[in-house]
Amino acid sequence: MKPVPFSHNIADTLQLASKALNTDGSKIIAGGQSIGPMLNLRLVRPTTLIGVTRLEELQKIHITGDTLSIGAAVTHARIEDGIDGVDLPPMMRHVARSIAYRAVRNKGTLGGSLAHADPAADWVTTMTALGAQLVIRDARGKSRREPMASFMRGAYRTGLQQDECITAVEMPVAMGQALWGYDKICRKVGEFADAIGAIVIHPDLKYARVVVGATEDAPLLLPDMAREIARTATAPSLGDIDSTLATYLPGASRVKRQLLKTALSRAIAKVIPS
Amino acid sequence: MKTGIGAKVPRKEDARHLNGTAQFVGDIKMSHLWEAAYVRSPLAHAKIKSITKPEGFEDRVFSMADMVGLGPIAAQSTLPTYNQSNHWPLAKDKVRFVGECIVMCVAPTRAEAEDLAEAVIVDLEPLPVHVTVDTALAPNAEKLHDEWENNLFLTTQFDTDLTEIRKTAAVVVEREYSTARQCMAPMEGKGALAYWDGKADQLVIYTSTQVPHLIRTGLAECMGLDQGEVRVIAPDVGGGFGYKCVLQPEELTVGWAAKHLGRPIRWTEDRREHLTAGANTREHKYKMTAYADDTGRLLGVDADIWVDVGAYSVWPFTACLEAAQAGGNLPGPYDLGAYACRTYSVATNKPGFTPYRGVARPGVCFAMELTIDAIARAVGRDPLDVRRLNLVPGSKMPYTNITGKFYDTGDYPEAARQAAEMIDAKSFAKRKAEAASTGRHLGIGFSSFTEQSAHGTKVFASWGLALVPGYEQAMVKLAPTGSVEVKSGNQTTGQGLETTIAQVASDWLSLDISSIKVTMGDTGMTPYSTGAYASRGMVMAGGAVSKASEELARRIRVLGAHLLQCKAEETELKDGAVFRGAASVSLKQIAQAWYLRPDLLPDNIETTGMEVTEGYKPTIDTGVFTYATHAAVVEVDIETGKVDILDYVIFEDCGTRVNPLILDGQSYGGAAQGIGTALFEEVIYDSAGQPLTSTLADYILPGPAELPSFRLGHSESPSPYSRHGIKGVGEGAAIAPSGALVNAINDALTPFGAEINSIPATPHRILQAIFDARDAREMLEAAE
Repeated sequence: MKPVPFSHNIADTLQLASKALNTDGSKIIAGGQSIGPMLNLRLVRPTTLIGVTRLEELQKIHITGDTLSIGAAVTHARIEDGIDGVDLPPMMRHVARSIAYRAVRNKGTLGGSLAHADPAADWVTTMTALGAQLVIRDARGKSRREPMASFMRGAYRTGLQQDECITAVEMPVAMGQALWGYDKICRKVGEFADAIGAIVIHPDLKYARVVVGATEDAPLLLPDMAREIARTATAPSLGDIDSTLATYLPGASRVKRQLLKTALSRAIAKVIPS
Repeated sequence: MKTGIGAKVPRKEDARHLNGTAQFVGDIKMSHLWEAAYVRSPLAHAKIKSITKPEGFEDRVFSMADMVGLGPIAAQSTLPTYNQSNHWPLAKDKVRFVGECIVMCVAPTRAEAEDLAEAVIVDLEPLPVHVTVDTALAPNAEKLHDEWENNLFLTTQFDTDLTEIRKTAAVVVEREYSTARQCMAPMEGKGALAYWDGKADQLVIYTSTQVPHLIRTGLAECMGLDQGEVRVIAPDVGGGFGYKCVLQPEELTVGWAAKHLGRPIRWTEDRREHLTAGANTREHKYKMTAYADDTGRLLGVDADIWVDVGAYSVWPFTACLEAAQAGGNLPGPYDLGAYACRTYSVATNKPGFTPYRGVARPGVCFAMELTIDAIARAVGRDPLDVRRLNLVPGSKMPYTNITGKFYDTGDYPEAARQAAEMIDAKSFAKRKAEAASTGRHLGIGFSSFTEQSAHGTKVFASWGLALVPGYEQAMVKLAPTGSVEVKSGNQTTGQGLETTIAQVASDWLSLDISSIKVTMGDTGMTPYSTGAYASRGMVMAGGAVSKASEELARRIRVLGAHLLQCKAEETELKDGAVFRGAASVSLKQIAQAWYLRPDLLPDNIETTGMEVTEGYKPTIDTGVFTYATHAAVVEVDIETGKVDILDYVIFEDCGTRVNPLILDGQSYGGAAQGIGTALFEEVIYDSAGQPLTSTLADYILPGPAELPSFRLGHSESPSPYSRHGIKGVGEGAAIAPSGALVNAINDALTPFGAEINSIPATPHRILQAIFDARDAREMLEAAE
């Protein structure tokens, strides 16, 4: 369980990192909590790994106008601890606290997790629920923005091009006041999820999202259910959730659907107690 | 002595482990050391058509054809129907499980060795694969070993007549049970480092093993060397559990490569290797029929047991120890009048079965304990009452059970009663009802067992093993500084033996254990021992150290008496000195007289010296029996299938407790492993025999958050047959959790009509059982 030979290039500037990314076989390492094991298992065989976690511009958490921006290289632990002088949405801090183990949270980063796009990971579902946008920069230094809801194309597949790198995650500052519920079912503390349910409602912003995660695909948005919950302020019945899931996820086993249904109903119950 | 038998002293070995200064195989530094990596079979069953080495690296890449002089691992048995397998350390002609070694590559670093391994081309022709015992036993099944008639290593049969009971029993309970294949998952994987010592003209091998002296014998045999040409050193070993009590192919190839390349070679098992090639234990299947009267009194048990033993027979314990133990131990702690059992040790395309902490008993205890609860439900009685009704009572001790096991001391129903009291079984019904009123589902479960420990010569001989344990040796020496050295060929793998055998010497020699230096696990420095397995370490090594210490104490008093100018009978050894009344000479003075100033001693002094080696075994060969009852209260989340252990108690009796702290640690660790067996751990194969659980993200081990705060209770029924009344206790706590937890789960699932009979009781299995019960109910209602 040792990697193939590769060179490790710790970038001094984002510009250099982006440039290096433009060559074949190069890959970003941003915490290494997923790519590390994959390297050892030789599932990834890069020629060059570009380390970006030291880049200051990826480390920042700041508010500009109505927008909260979190640097891609901010660790889960920093979000968990919330010690950067900028208020983070309570949902983010709650989710960060249950990602893997503290040792992983000390190293693993927000941007790294989103770019890796493991369906069972917490951030892809959470950021979809919070309506986050990703700031993405290419080798020429051009930035674009893509909503998280469309960024993840499937399991381990994203909208990132070879020469692109996530630099920050943005969302409205007002998300800090949203009503939210999050429920994760996993075999043991720190394990990847078997099912995730998430709900975020912000009446003033007229924002409502219901998301099902750990489906073995990109997080599943249930807009009709979200609209109905926002309109009626009542939780859908277990039967309704079940039939909705059966429609969207026809391939899911009965046990998988049961877990997803439970996670979602428990997340919703945190916003709308029964 | 305050550090003697019974003292709660912290472990001698803790300091080096806590400071990170212990020395495991992976810590050893040596000049010119190269590392090994293996090309392992990607297929579960295939013919090897060809092996192509990377060009230019032929001298670093070895197949079996290159390893001239190295023979197969061929575990023999004296049992008549046994089929022997030849496990070549590198596969020859055929591969029989995913992960089997085919080619060895060596390089200055492990990564480079893995690069080489990747460049080797092995052409395989796939053969039909057996992933279950059913396909392996099907008519005309593809054979794993061509020279055999079928895929059976061994069948055994035990039979007392059940005809009458079948006709008359008021209650008949039939069940099928299964237990998953597991990995033992020690913190430190396997590892071996070998070099040729030119001066000693000897192969020296550091290996992570529980049984250094056995490995010496096995290595010499397979490598065609004389025993004198092999020295085995077990350095610090980070958990054994049985995984490290057998000769492994890598030990042989590392030894061969070191000898023939003339440089040190090391292999360090990685986690993926462990979770695939090391997936070698626990997998049983049961078909059981139990007969009882209408009070729940057991009348007889009829069972078929299939053990999925994988492709090869391990040396020295063979592929058949598990089934022999299963058949012999199924009646467990119960007073059973009639018993019939057939066992089948079936060859499949998986790694060769290796005995794991508890050996067979975690499986049979699970099967028997679920059956007891099923009987209780059938007769409408409390499972605890039915259990106590059937356990061998103290008044019948000593008791010879139906399979001839000789239970030496104890009161089994009393242990069950104590456990029930600890967990407050009396008020559980109220607690359960209260929880139910808020939609929570609680259950209570019990599990009782005996742990045969330090079973000796006759028992192992009856299992047909070619290598049978006999007398255990130990050496105890008074050093010139007045401290004591203890040397034992047994081995500590984390179980605290270094401390506990020092406590035994401390008891006799009145020295603090800090002045007692214990050396274990080095065949060049220690007297012969078959090693640490079968819960024998404390009974056997402790007994041998006791015997040698007793003799050394006598000799010390003889010398002391001379220095005190009195008779030995007039002296007393205490507080590190020999006393005659108020006058005394310290052990140091005595030692110095012997070693440095023999001129002070008379000419007619005993010349046997201050160094004693003694051999020991208990006065019976059948083992001494520890016993316990575990009890658990669980909450089952019926929406997620998750099990939360709310309370877990263990009431056990292992005779004399040498070190209560260490005993508690053994109980916590064993129970944690048992909880892994009960709820989490499962090696999953696809239909082609590919293991799908090759990382720790897939093979789920319980962590601290999944474990309850265990509560322990003890009684002490010393064995009259062992020195100090000691019984073994290393395996026990791993045996019972599946029975207690699944009985508790089934108690919680009763309102849903669901029952779990397969472990681990994962959320998936629990939800599926609830669904199945619901479907069955709905079908029934629809039919009506």
